[in-house]
Amino acid sequence: MTDLLVAEHIKKQYGTYTALNDLSITVPKGSVFGLLGPNGAGKTTLIRIINQITMPDSGKVFLDGEPLDPKHVMNIGYMPEERGLYKSMKVGEQVIYLARLKGLSLDEAKKRSRYWFERLGMMDWWNRKIQELSKGQAQKVQFIVTVLHRPKLLIFDEPFSGFDPINASLIKDEILQLRNDGATILFSTHRMESVEQMCDHIALMHKSNKVLDGKLIDIKRAFRTNTYEIGIETPDDTFESKTRLHADVMNELSDSWEVTPAHFKTINENDLKIKVKIPENQTSNNLLSYLSSKGLINHFVEVIPTVDDIFIQTINAN
Amino acid sequence: MGALGLIIKREYKARVSNRSFIIMTFLSPLIVVGMIMLITYLTSLNQAGRQTIVVVDESGLFYKEFESTADIDFLDLSPAGIELAKSEVEDKNYFGLLYIPQNIKNNTSGVRFYGNEAPAISVLEGIEEQIQTKLTNEKLLDRGVDLDLIDESQTTVSISIEDFKGERTSKISSWIKAGAGGGAGYLLMMFIIIYGNMVMRSVIEEKTNRIIEVIISSVKPFKLMMGKIIGTTLAGITQFVIWLLIGGGLLLFLALYLDLNPLENHSAVGNMAVTKMDKIELVVLDILNLPLLKLAFFFLIYFIGGYFLYSSIYAAIGAAVDSETDTQQFMLPVIMPLMLAIYVGFFAVIENPDGSIATAFSMIPLTSPIVMLMRIPFGVPWWQLALSVGILVASFIFTVWFGSKIYRVGILMYGKKPTYKEILKWIKY
Repeated sequence: MTDLLVAEHIKKQYGTYTALNDLSITVPKGSVFGLLGPNGAGKTTLIRIINQITMPDSGKVFLDGEPLDPKHVMNIGYMPEERGLYKSMKVGEQVIYLARLKGLSLDEAKKRSRYWFERLGMMDWWNRKIQELSKGQAQKVQFIVTVLHRPKLLIFDEPFSGFDPINASLIKDEILQLRNDGATILFSTHRMESVEQMCDHIALMHKSNKVLDGKLIDIKRAFRTNTYEIGIETPDDTFESKTRLHADVMNELSDSWEVTPAHFKTINENDLKIKVKIPENQTSNNLLSYLSSKGLINHFVEVIPTVDDIFIQTINAN
Repeated sequence: MGALGLIIKREYKARVSNRSFIIMTFLSPLIVVGMIMLITYLTSLNQAGRQTIVVVDESGLFYKEFESTADIDFLDLSPAGIELAKSEVEDKNYFGLLYIPQNIKNNTSGVRFYGNEAPAISVLEGIEEQIQTKLTNEKLLDRGVDLDLIDESQTTVSISIEDFKGERTSKISSWIKAGAGGGAGYLLMMFIIIYGNMVMRSVIEEKTNRIIEVIISSVKPFKLMMGKIIGTTLAGITQFVIWLLIGGGLLLFLALYLDLNPLENHSAVGNMAVTKMDKIELVVLDILNLPLLKLAFFFLIYFIGGYFLYSSIYAAIGAAVDSETDTQQFMLPVIMPLMLAIYVGFFAVIENPDGSIATAFSMIPLTSPIVMLMRIPFGVPWWQLALSVGILVASFIFTVWFGSKIYRVGILMYGKKPTYKEILKWIKY
């Protein structure tokens, strides 16, 4: 069994509103899986179904090969987007209480929370109340609550919102460490930049439907446009020579090469900056050898679509 | 410990360690005693000092007839005549003037009371009774009836009430029963409202803290709701038992005090005091004769049943709203049956504890906890108790189910004020 979580044909309707329309996802074991989509796409509904907070109208969810069952709550750790803890309860007491609700024994809960509090340098908060902590501190407590029972599946809904950059990177490292220790991570977010860095699998959701999913690298390959970003130095670094060079290139590259202006930083003021889409019967080397006759090339990079681009492109296509 | 046990423990601890709970538990019995003392004191203040009523009696029948009482002096100014007496009353600032015309025997409508303030009804009734008795006696005498003979044949009857098991009661104990039942019913209503509100607030707290989603990813919403209700019930029972112990202690103390001392009092204090003492003793005896254990037992039963019934509604309301200010529109259907029960209790039950209204309302689950508690001191057939408790249990199972449906959906709904229609729709989700 290589897939930790499999959801098949999930449907969920609230009155006349369809929250999920025949949605299936597969989360491989040990992956960092990004569930992406704009607000209202149905991400939270899906996550709540995985957490057994709401029941699907139809469809099945399997965790580690078994149909989802109440006993699985202790295999799942969930950090909701809206973070929350009992404000007037002491931090240590609260962490232990929530861990025991997940099925840990009192001793085990104590031992593990000590470990985590020490690891994140929070030991002196133990007897403080949540309302005495800052928002970032409370978030760290929430993180411990999520991971304390060592779940196989960790679900984070918008994990980095509310963290300052230092704590965000700390939490990011902790999450990756947990993945290396064998946990599977499911992210839900509408912030694509965090996905680029961490996820190896993604699923795109839009208006209750899944519009795309797979390995991030495969998706990027599929969305490859064979476009290159090019910078060429002009002999005297003047605007006139740049215009001349631009006209030259536009003339000589026939219609099958798509040339568009590009924007990036170089060291000179008047470099020619263009994007060129290579036609099917040509290669990047052909382009390179043509361009090398025009001047000194200081920039030649393949344009890899960002998740943002893919997302916008996919949704527009739908 | 299972999840339910953990939740119950946490909720119980959260309630009991609350400062207002501690204050209410130990302070309110003192406050109740203090209030009673204050009311007694204020009532005694309310009684004005001695008042003088001037009497002008033109008929001459009532000369020296009016006996001065503890509060009122009668001053006979008949010889002065009505006009002079009136100015005398105003000069001396007397309380009022009673005028009795000459032909009082034939026409009783001429009696007048002049004064700036209307006298208390008891004073007026006292005067009327004295005039009536005198006139009746006069008329009897006129017709040659021997008044002594009438006095001798006067008989008073006081019915003593006894049930078939030979337990004696008296009229006064009827009032004590009504008081005990009413008190228990009222207390139950307060408990339901106070503890129901606690449940509601704690649901709203979890919702606004957003911890709810973390918890229900570990336990079923139904378990959370039940844990909350049971934990809070236990806190309520704790409070009740503490009150029972304090109240029982006070009663025991009073009983012992009265039992040990009557002999000393008999010799030391005058006759009046002894009869007063006897009366208090009787009242205490009556209180002790009440089915107190039964009342306490059924208080617990009805508290638990009624509380489960109402608190699951409270929990559902808490789940449906975002903040306490939004709860107003839903409170009316909760408060109404409780108020109705109290009114039915105070009017129908005390009037006729076994009447059809009282019986019916002691069966309807929303009102039965209060109304039945009020009936219990008067004696209720076992089958009625059993039926009432049975209906209550069946309906609280239903409301808990119903409430949990709304609760389950409501706790995840944010940002909109729900309407009744929408809440009903949630049940189908």
